Amino acid sequence: MDSLTVIINALPFILGGTLVTIGAVGAALGMGLCLGVPFAVMQVYGNPLMRSFVSLYVWFFRGIPILVLLFLFYGFFLSLGLPVNPFLISCLVMGCTSTAYQSQIFRGAILSLPIGQMKAGRALGMSDTQTIRCIILPQALRISIPGWANEFSILLKDSAVCYVLGTQEIMARTAAIAARTHEHLALYATAGVIYFVLTLVVLKLLRRLENKVRVPGYGTQGNAAFKGA
Amino acid sequence: MAAQEIVLEVKDISKTLGGKEILKNCSLNVARGELKVLIGPSGAGKSTLLQCINCLIPPDKGEIVLEGKTLDRTDKKSLCAFRARVGMIFQDFNLFDHLTARDNVAIALRKVRGMGKKEAAERAMDELARVGLANRYLLYPAQLSGGQKQRVAIARALAMDPTVILLDEPTSALDPELVGEVLSVIRDLAQHGMTMVMATHQMDFARALANEILFMQNGVIIEQGTPAKLLAESATTRTKDFFTKLTSELE
Amino acid sequence: MFDSAFVFGELLPALNRGLVVSIALIVPASIIGFAGGLALGCLRGFGTPWMRRLGDWYTAIVRGVPLAVQLMMIYFALPKIGIYFEPYGAALLSFILCSAAYHSEYVRGALLSISQGQIKAAKALGFTTIQTVVLIVAPQAARRALPGCGNEIIYLIKYSSLAYLVTCMELMGEGKVVASDTFRFTEVFIAVGAYYLAMVTLATWLLHWLERRFRIPGFGAV
Repeated sequence: MDSLTVIINALPFILGGTLVTIGAVGAALGMGLCLGVPFAVMQVYGNPLMRSFVSLYVWFFRGIPILVLLFLFYGFFLSLGLPVNPFLISCLVMGCTSTAYQSQIFRGAILSLPIGQMKAGRALGMSDTQTIRCIILPQALRISIPGWANEFSILLKDSAVCYVLGTQEIMARTAAIAARTHEHLALYATAGVIYFVLTLVVLKLLRRLENKVRVPGYGTQGNAAFKGA
Repeated sequence: MAAQEIVLEVKDISKTLGGKEILKNCSLNVARGELKVLIGPSGAGKSTLLQCINCLIPPDKGEIVLEGKTLDRTDKKSLCAFRARVGMIFQDFNLFDHLTARDNVAIALRKVRGMGKKEAAERAMDELARVGLANRYLLYPAQLSGGQKQRVAIARALAMDPTVILLDEPTSALDPELVGEVLSVIRDLAQHGMTMVMATHQMDFARALANEILFMQNGVIIEQGTPAKLLAESATTRTKDFFTKLTSELE
Repeated sequence: MFDSAFVFGELLPALNRGLVVSIALIVPASIIGFAGGLALGCLRGFGTPWMRRLGDWYTAIVRGVPLAVQLMMIYFALPKIGIYFEPYGAALLSFILCSAAYHSEYVRGALLSISQGQIKAAKALGFTTIQTVVLIVAPQAARRALPGCGNEIIYLIKYSSLAYLVTCMELMGEGKVVASDTFRFTEVFIAVGAYYLAMVTLATWLLHWLERRFRIPGFGAV
């Protein structure tokens, strides 16, 4: 069999893995968003205990390779006698690391807002919770979209190592067929193209989102043009 | 002027920041309908005093009494309720950058006053009309000029029906040609009996409209009195010196 | 629970062996990767149009494809055209190729952030092009690029664990062998994690120290 035939025969199987990859990355991004936002708020506005908790969490999950975390969680689940589902462990590990990274994206965005925004909210009699929810977060989340896009692209690439636990995503399926057909170059190149295209498509979608929620004249170079208009 | 009913009492406020004493036992009483003007060199503590009054900067000691009720700063609920009744205008506007002019005015009505969306929007439109910006309601802060931003900020404060408004150098960040439109809105408020405390460098405005001028230096209110008294031809006050210096610099 | 014979007799010696290999991957990959990134970044910033396009494409492809895939391609594919690598060599090469692309992003960004005014001012003083680059552009650009490039090296420390995928016996690989032999996954990978944490923390401190050491008052990040 020549390489092309191998690729064509393998493509449906590998593309099936794309769904698994997207599922795992989506779950991890979602988990990172749901936990990353409160973590960021805790780190900026919380009491010293909350701050040190978040700092410790971020230090831990940003300092350990995802490959090590996968096996660590795997062993942990085993020793607790919990069912070991590779897909769930992959989602959980990527979700935990993404929480750490996303919390720092949101924290940076919150800290980049002028301090007057918080003051103005308070001066109107809004509680801190209301000010954070209605004033700070809507702005911070908009600023975070480019960082978030970058986090997606990192997570998508990280997901390729989840095959070590046996998660049936793109990489695992590619490796399985490569081992059988010995067409490593062609198959891994195919996998590379799939990842590349996935990245491009999602980044384009996120850019569209960014344009859609953009506030006119805000956060762009256009700011200065309106001054004194 | 109005009957001498004291609306806001500020008693012995002190504040130390980074080892530096910024305010030393500042006190003032504001009667209903009165315009008090704080003047003094930059760094005198005017802005800190105003922000201490509604606890955006918590004072180290002192008491704040609004309409006979002493503010309990430790109780978050009553602090929010207090701030809702004390309007604040900032030097750099601090409009919410992600909201249109109308939503900037409406958001506190909804979240603090608990108004419905439609009602709040209508009220916001009324206030924008009052500052002459009814036709700009859909613009975002970045699309407004400095003077327009400050007028939206005033509308935002007015919408809360404040008992008193604090203005922290409302025209200092504006290009000279835009100062007039903001001052004329404030003049209008003063003439309609709004109670206000304003820090400013606009001496002519202070002279014409203030019921009382307070002169601050190094965190202390060192002189206070009516403009007529402090700025009289024969007066030998610090206020007069400062006034003369500022005026001659302008020329 | 704590089995000191296992930890000191078996686990730590294995991990220390792996650590040496990991460092032997990380240090050359950082240095050569950075040098490559510097060249690539300059090319993408100041090269002829087709050089720029080539550099941009290279960077986009490397950044759009998982390192694991690149690693597999180099390890399995090159033998097909007659180039054989030990696992170590394949890992090192793919780390260099990958981190050069990432470094080039920061280098290019830093170079482009230097305002034209700086260059004009230098020329107006009679500096040659080389003098302008060495005396004016490089000192500023290096400070701008430092945080990004430093972070890239910290990433590389973590991603060096991917060498395990092509059976290179570094920290991760040694740990996996011990874990599979003894079935003590939790203990082993807590220890492996601690080694990586220590390396990453150390590198982060070093980076912050460098940033502070070379900071110019008022010269902020872009």
